[in-house]
Amino acid sequence: MADIVLDKVSKSFPDGTVAVQDVDLEIADGEFVILVGPSGCGKSTTLNMIAGLEDISSGELRIGGQRVNDKAPRDRDIAMVFQSYALYPNMTVRENMAFPLRLAKLDKETINQKVDEAAKVLELTSLLDRKPANLSGGQRQRVAMGRAIVRQPKAFLMDEPLSNLDAKLRVQMRTVVSRLQKQLGTTTVYVTHDQTEAMTLGDRVVIMRGGAVQQVGPPQELYDHPRNLFVAGFIGSPSMNFLHAAVQDGELHTALGQVPLGDRVRRELEAADAPRELILGIRPEHFEDAELVDDDTRRRGMEFEAPVDIVESMGSDKYVYFTVEGEKASAAELEELAADAGAADFAGAGGNLVTRLSAESPVAEGQTRRVWFNLEKIHLFDPTNGRNLTLHEGRAAGALAD
Amino acid sequence: MSINATPTGADVAADETSGAAGRRATVPAQRGGRRKPPLSENKKAERRLGLLLCAPAALVMIAVTAYPIIYSVWLSLQRFDLRFPDQREFIGLENYVTVLTNEFWWTAFGVTMLITVVTVAVELVLGMGLAIIMHRTLIGRGLVRTSALIPYGIVTVVAAFSWRYAWTPGTGYLANLFSDGAPLTERASSLAIIMLAEIWKTTPFMALLLMAGLALVPEDLLKAASTDGATAWQKFTKVMLPVMKPAILVALLFRTLDAFRVFDNIFVLTAGGNETSSVSMLAYNNLIRGLNLGIGSTMSVLIFITVAIIAFVFVKLFGTAAPGSDDGERR
Repeated sequence: MADIVLDKVSKSFPDGTVAVQDVDLEIADGEFVILVGPSGCGKSTTLNMIAGLEDISSGELRIGGQRVNDKAPRDRDIAMVFQSYALYPNMTVRENMAFPLRLAKLDKETINQKVDEAAKVLELTSLLDRKPANLSGGQRQRVAMGRAIVRQPKAFLMDEPLSNLDAKLRVQMRTVVSRLQKQLGTTTVYVTHDQTEAMTLGDRVVIMRGGAVQQVGPPQELYDHPRNLFVAGFIGSPSMNFLHAAVQDGELHTALGQVPLGDRVRRELEAADAPRELILGIRPEHFEDAELVDDDTRRRGMEFEAPVDIVESMGSDKYVYFTVEGEKASAAELEELAADAGAADFAGAGGNLVTRLSAESPVAEGQTRRVWFNLEKIHLFDPTNGRNLTLHEGRAAGALAD
Repeated sequence: MSINATPTGADVAADETSGAAGRRATVPAQRGGRRKPPLSENKKAERRLGLLLCAPAALVMIAVTAYPIIYSVWLSLQRFDLRFPDQREFIGLENYVTVLTNEFWWTAFGVTMLITVVTVAVELVLGMGLAIIMHRTLIGRGLVRTSALIPYGIVTVVAAFSWRYAWTPGTGYLANLFSDGAPLTERASSLAIIMLAEIWKTTPFMALLLMAGLALVPEDLLKAASTDGATAWQKFTKVMLPVMKPAILVALLFRTLDAFRVFDNIFVLTAGGNETSSVSMLAYNNLIRGLNLGIGSTMSVLIFITVAIIAFVFVKLFGTAAPGSDDGERR
C-alpha cells in the first residue's frame, strides 16, 4: 500500500498532440480516486502512465514516495483491471489468478492458498477450473478483480472495469468493488466515463477535460460547487439546465424572467471586462410546483409560468420538461458535453427545461404550469471561459449573495 | 515445365485441397444422419438449396482432382511402361512392393523429410521474428512489409537459377566467398543450399500467416501481463504463443505440406544429382523421363498418402482447425 503522487505529469505524442497536460494529483494511501471525463479527455492515458504502460513525457510520478517514471510496469507493484478483463484464454480461472504469483516465484502452497482466499472473497470457488470462455460477463469481471487482489499490490488501477456489464449487474458490481476496496484498504485509481459511477464510488473525483484536470474533490462538493461550466454540466443526471442570461441594470434577463442579483455578483459584473452575457445554470431539483411551496420557501426564489412538454413520473418524484422561450445558452463546453452525450445534432427545438417536482404535483402534459425555483441555488457562468461567477472561496452562493 | 500437364503434377498440386474438401463435405452428411427427428419442410428446402449451391464447385472438384487421383490410383495398379506398351497388365500392389523395397525411394524419402523438417523449423523461427518486426514497426510499415515479402514474390525457378549461379565456382559470388570447391557437386553442401533457397523463399509466407495470428493477440492481454509482472520473454511464451497456437499450427500445416512437395529448387540446383532427389523429383523422373506410368503413379499415390497422413496428424492430434471450420465445433 502506498500513496501515489502525480507532479505536473504530461503526455505528448511525437506528432505534437498533447493527451495529458500538467496533471497534479496527490492520492493518499488507501484512498479511492475516480478519474472521470468524456472520451478522449486523457483519463485512460493518465492511468496507463501510472501503470507504466505509457511513457511519461514530463513531470514526475511517485508511488510510495519513490520516483517510478522509468520503472517497468512489473517493477511498480500495481495491479490493473481492464475493461475487456484481459483474461488469459488458455488458462483456467485458477491459473489466471495464480499467474502474477507464479511470475513472482512464490511456492505452490502459498499460491494455492492465496488464490483460494481471493476466490472465496469473490465467490469464484466453484468456477476455479473453468476457462474464461465458459464464464459469464460478470464472472469474468470477478476473475479479473481476483487476479488483481491476490497479489496484495501497492495500488489497484481500474480502467472502466464495469463498462462491459449490463446495467443491472453494473449497479451490483459497483457495491462489490466499493466493499472490496474498503475491506482491503488499497489505494485505488478508477477510470470511468460514467458520472454515476464516479459519484457513487469514489472518496474523491477528478474531472478531466482535454487532458487537463478541471476540478478535484469529494463527489458532493463537485455537485454543489462546480468550479466551471463543464463540471456543472458533466456531474448530475439529468444534468443542470443552462439558460442564456443578459446582464441589464443590475438584473439578469432570462427566459424565466428578471432574476435579481446580490451585491457580490453585481460588484463582480461591474468590472470593466465583465461579460454582458452570462449562462445561468440551475439543477432540476431546485424547481418546485408553485402550489406546493410554502411562503417561507417562496421568498427565497421566484416563479414563472411555462407550458408543460412531457411528464415522466418516477414514483418518488416527477421529471417535468418545460418549453421556454428565449435564446439558447451556447459555449464550447456545452457543445462538448452534448457531443459526449451523443446529442450534438439533436438539441430539440427552443429551450428545454428539465425540472424535478414532487410526486404530489398534479401537473399534466399540455398544461401551462406555474413553477417556483430557488435563487440560492443558481450558478452563473462566464460563457467565454466557463468560470463559475457565483463561486466564492470554493462555495457556490447563488445569485442573491451579498 | 511440362510437369503441370501430367497427372502427377495435378495430383501433387491438388491432393491437399481435395483432402480438405473431402472432409468438409462428409462432416455435415454424418451429422444429418445422426440427427434422427424428421426435418421440417423449411429445413429440407434449405438443405436442397445448400446442395444445389455446392453442386457446381463439387463438379469442378471432381473433374480436376477426384478424377486424376482415381486415375493415378488405377495406373499404379498396373504394369504400364510407355516404352513397352504391349506388356500393360493389371498387377495389383506389385508396383507398391517394388517402390517400397527400393533404396532410391527411401533415400529420396529421407531427403524430403530432412528438407521438410529443417526448413519448416527454421522458417517458423525466422518467420516469427519477421512477423513480430512487421507487426511492431510503426515507421515505414508499408516499406518494411513490402521488402520482407519480395522473396515470396519472385518465381521459384528464377530464384533457384540465381542461387545456382551464385554458387557456381568461378562466377558465383557466394561460391567465391564461402568455398573453394564446387558446393553444388557435393551432397551435404547441395542439400544445405537447397534448404537455404527454400527458407529464403518461403519465410515471408510463414511470416505473413503468423502475422495474422499476432493480430489476434489483444493488446490488453499483453498490458495485463506486463502489470502482472511478466518479462518480455514471459509475455511471448506464456501469453502470445498460447493465444497464437491455432494460427501457428495452420501455418505449420501449410508449410509442411508445401515443403514435402519440394521440386523446383532441386530441379534447378542439382537436378537430383548426388542423391539429393526428393520424392517429387523421383516421381517426375520415373513418370515423365522414364515414361513408366505404373511406377510413377505409384510414387504419386504414395506422396499423396504421406501428405494426407501429415494433414491428419496436424488436424487430429494437434487440433489444428482445418481452414474454414469453426473453432468451437472441434471437440
